[in-house]
Amino acid sequence: MPAVALRGLAKRFDEKIAVDGISLDVPVGSFFGLVGPNGAGKTTTLSMATGLLRPDFGTAHILGVDMWQDPLHAKKLLGTLPDGVRLFDRLSGEQLITYAGLLRGMDRVTVAERAKDLLAALDLTADAGNLVVDYSAGMTKKIALASALVHAPRVLVLDEPFEAVDPVSSANITDILKGFVASGGTVIISSHVMDLVQRLCDHVAIVAGGRLLAAGTVEQVRGGMSLEERFMSLVGGRHEGEGLSWLRHS
Amino acid sequence: MVATLLRLKLQILGNGFRRSPWQIVGLAIGGLYGLGVLVFMLIGLILLRGADTELARTILVLAGSAAVLGWALIPIIASGIDMTLDPQRFAAFGIPQRTLMTGMALAGLVGIPGALTAILSLATVIPWWRSPQEIAAALIGALLGLAGCLLYSRCAAAWGTNLAASRRFREIGMVLLIVPIMFIGPVVSTTVQGFRHASGDLSALASALSWTPFGAPWALPADVAVGDYAGAALRVVIALAALAVVMWLWNMAMVRAMVNPPRVTGGKRSAGKLGFFNVFPATPTGAVAARTASYWFRDPRYMGSLLVVPLLPVVLYLNASRQGHYDLLLIVGPLVAFLLAWSISSDVSYDNTAFALHIATGVSGKADRWGRVIGCCVLAVPAVLVLTLGSLAISHRWDLLPGMAGTCAGVLMTGMGLASVLSARYVTPVPKPGESPFKKPPGGQGLTLAVQGLGMLVLLVLCLPQGGLMIAEVITGNHVLGWINLVAGPLIGAVLLWLGVRIGGRDIERRGPELLAQLIKNG
Repeated sequence: MPAVALRGLAKRFDEKIAVDGISLDVPVGSFFGLVGPNGAGKTTTLSMATGLLRPDFGTAHILGVDMWQDPLHAKKLLGTLPDGVRLFDRLSGEQLITYAGLLRGMDRVTVAERAKDLLAALDLTADAGNLVVDYSAGMTKKIALASALVHAPRVLVLDEPFEAVDPVSSANITDILKGFVASGGTVIISSHVMDLVQRLCDHVAIVAGGRLLAAGTVEQVRGGMSLEERFMSLVGGRHEGEGLSWLRHS
Repeated sequence: MVATLLRLKLQILGNGFRRSPWQIVGLAIGGLYGLGVLVFMLIGLILLRGADTELARTILVLAGSAAVLGWALIPIIASGIDMTLDPQRFAAFGIPQRTLMTGMALAGLVGIPGALTAILSLATVIPWWRSPQEIAAALIGALLGLAGCLLYSRCAAAWGTNLAASRRFREIGMVLLIVPIMFIGPVVSTTVQGFRHASGDLSALASALSWTPFGAPWALPADVAVGDYAGAALRVVIALAALAVVMWLWNMAMVRAMVNPPRVTGGKRSAGKLGFFNVFPATPTGAVAARTASYWFRDPRYMGSLLVVPLLPVVLYLNASRQGHYDLLLIVGPLVAFLLAWSISSDVSYDNTAFALHIATGVSGKADRWGRVIGCCVLAVPAVLVLTLGSLAISHRWDLLPGMAGTCAGVLMTGMGLASVLSARYVTPVPKPGESPFKKPPGGQGLTLAVQGLGMLVLLVLCLPQGGLMIAEVITGNHVLGWINLVAGPLIGAVLLWLGVRIGGRDIERRGPELLAQLIKNG
């Protein structure tokens, strides 16, 4: 049974078809990368898989539980880091993690312990009492990640988790995620940084224009090329020729 | 370079019109208004030529001081009102400080208020068109006054932006704006009454002002007219010294702005302060209650409603004391109950897309709704209690206590019940998190009006039993009605609250993702 199974997911916003029938299996215990150019439908697909956006067509199963038939059960298995939504930023970092844990029905002692661990692991302990609204972009990303981890989910769906995060924190997050996968958890990240995906992930799917172009293990998909070259050849859009000749100095 | 800056200001003014034809209409109305003021003032100045020196001096000093004070204060109150030539935007171009400051100060003349001030300042020469010395003194005074207007306003604006870079300061400023707005009525009526007695005090006020940087330039020609040259010299020194100090302050603000781009400061606070999260039980309902209760004290959009609580009774009290009829005060308890309960009717819209956390965690609709109601009660219950008891004490109507208690409890619960349904069903455009609570977001005005207006109407109807019983008790003096109200009011309210939470909770669970989609669309 796959950790996440999408079947014929489709979504239309007014005239624009954002996702045009995506079917995908994410195996349990995989570190899965979802890549695509801007506007490819990555965020829309992940939102439909995590119960944030109702699909027009298709189904999403989390470890065999239908997200849209039994959402409460499915969401218990999931930790979600959505992209482009606000946080309750008038809470302090520590309060926000606590809030996420309590909303999940956890008890106070466990939440407090885990909040402390998460703040330490993500280098946020010194700022734990400050309001999230005063955090930098990278710190905001990290505190949102912490809120997604607090209930120890079995599947993590992270939309652009490394955006604006500094290199040291990136490395720490990478360690956490690798440890999570090694212990049998499943991680799905979306990104448009190919090097990062090639380095981190064992499986990858390429989407563009709301369709799935390729999916499988990283080795299968890149087929001897680098992932970036393979991505360019599938998606297209590179400009040939010189261009902006006046910008060159010799 | 100074000319380039002035052209830039003009260009920005012109581009505004291209964006919307309403800007042209605005300019036309502003221009007509300005023209009216100009003609009116010019006639006044010409008439003043025939008046005696003392009267001319009083009027000119008062009007001139008001103008300078206005220029100095408006940028502080309405910070960021005209930031077209914000110094920080020029930081990357390497323009010499002196040039930039000259250009910015002169740019204040571009536009209706600037042009009007300049013309009228120079026109203060008219009343003194009697001897060459007086004309010269009036001209110097006018230029000093005009320079004051331009420099004080730039200095205030520069410091305003500097301070506004701190979130806390900016937000407190936004919330406090409501204080002058609420007191406009009482202040105007008191001032009008005061003026009837105090015309003699005006000349005293004027002579006091004439020794301040605001009034000194305008008193200059009168001094010369009566031959007080020492006084005139002293006033020039006062005005020049003030200008020098303000230039120095402005320069300092500019340097700060150029060197430190706006950034978030503030000390680091470590973990351990969970606030309301330690007070409420560790359940999803308790968590939502703790979060919303925190927001009442931290989010300026909620703090705005909060400020109404102490201000409303003051305004009502001022009104009542003028009429000597304190029974009017009794409305304050039910009114605040009504308003505070209503203030959670756009709760989900206020959450904005942060509401995604509730969807992602799959929190039950019941917990979401009850949490928000309880969070609101943390504040609403003590506030309504204090105001009700206070109003009964001041008006000596303790006989109305049972009826009043029933009415307030009933209205509060009914209101929160209806609000629970509305906020789960309709996403209305409200100020976004971090925006001014007074900002009216564009678009969807129709829907907002419909939901808010009709909603309030429905709430009024739902509150009819309690309100009707209360009014009937006051009119008939039959206190049995009050005792009925004490039992029936809260009972009806509790049923409606329970029903509202149930319906709202069911809506949240069924249509949560659709609500979120709408919130994302509104951005």
